[in-house]
Amino acid sequence: VEVVSADVPLEHYLVLSGMLFAIGTYGVLARRNAVLIIMSVELMLNAVSINMVAFAVYTAPSLFTGIIFAIFIIAVAAAEVGLALAIVLRVFRNRGTANVDEINTLRW
Amino acid sequence: MTLLFFYLMAATVLTGGLGVVLIRSTIYAALFLIMSLVGVAGIYILLSVEFLALVQILIYAGAVTVLLVFALMLTRVEDLKERFDGEQKPLGAIAALALLGAFIAMWSQTEWPRDVDQITVVPFATISDALFGRWAVPFEVASGVLLVSLVGAIIIAMREGEEA
Repeated sequence: VEVVSADVPLEHYLVLSGMLFAIGTYGVLARRNAVLIIMSVELMLNAVSINMVAFAVYTAPSLFTGIIFAIFIIAVAAAEVGLALAIVLRVFRNRGTANVDEINTLRW
Repeated sequence: MTLLFFYLMAATVLTGGLGVVLIRSTIYAALFLIMSLVGVAGIYILLSVEFLALVQILIYAGAVTVLLVFALMLTRVEDLKERFDGEQKPLGAIAALALLGAFIAMWSQTEWPRDVDQITVVPFATISDALFGRWAVPFEVASGVLLVSLVGAIIIAMREGEEA
């Protein structure tokens, strides 16, 4: 097996992924355009992937479950984006807006 | 040197992310998203998982962003200021910062092997063996999910009364 020296501490990756996740959370809460909200969700998914891959590589390289998880996250994210954009497109066609504040028919 | 590359990639990822959530132009937000996702690919290379870096650029920076740009084009509305951010903005910032604080508090209190001075490179062949061996059933389920969501997306986006 090939081994390389770990010059970057594990914590650096964790802090990076936490910051990216926080940025994505802010985007989901603050943005009002549905497509921009989906972009922020993509940021959050990527943050989770970074976290999982870093843990897999640093603490369990013989199992590498985190890498497999990251592959599945990418597959599910592709499906999610396709479906979500189809819904946004349909809503836009029916109501003429992609602003989530104006889509309030189901609101109590 | 590696640390320098890490900081460069981290800056790319975070600048791109901030651009996505802050900038007042939908198309620039999409371009910043590409920047961020390419930065994440660089992070994967640093973690010596080249396969994921390639998949990241192919699927995320390539396919997903193109799909998002198409959706932006088809749901075109005039770029009004109030259409971007709602009045939840300050609350959203507080929530995001609280989340980050909670994460950092958790990491500093959890025990795990901290002094890892070398990482093992996982070769392509090992990943594919695991994917088609131990993880074969989830792999097939994922392909089913992709197929169903593809058909579902076509059905949802189809015009009413239109024949397929």
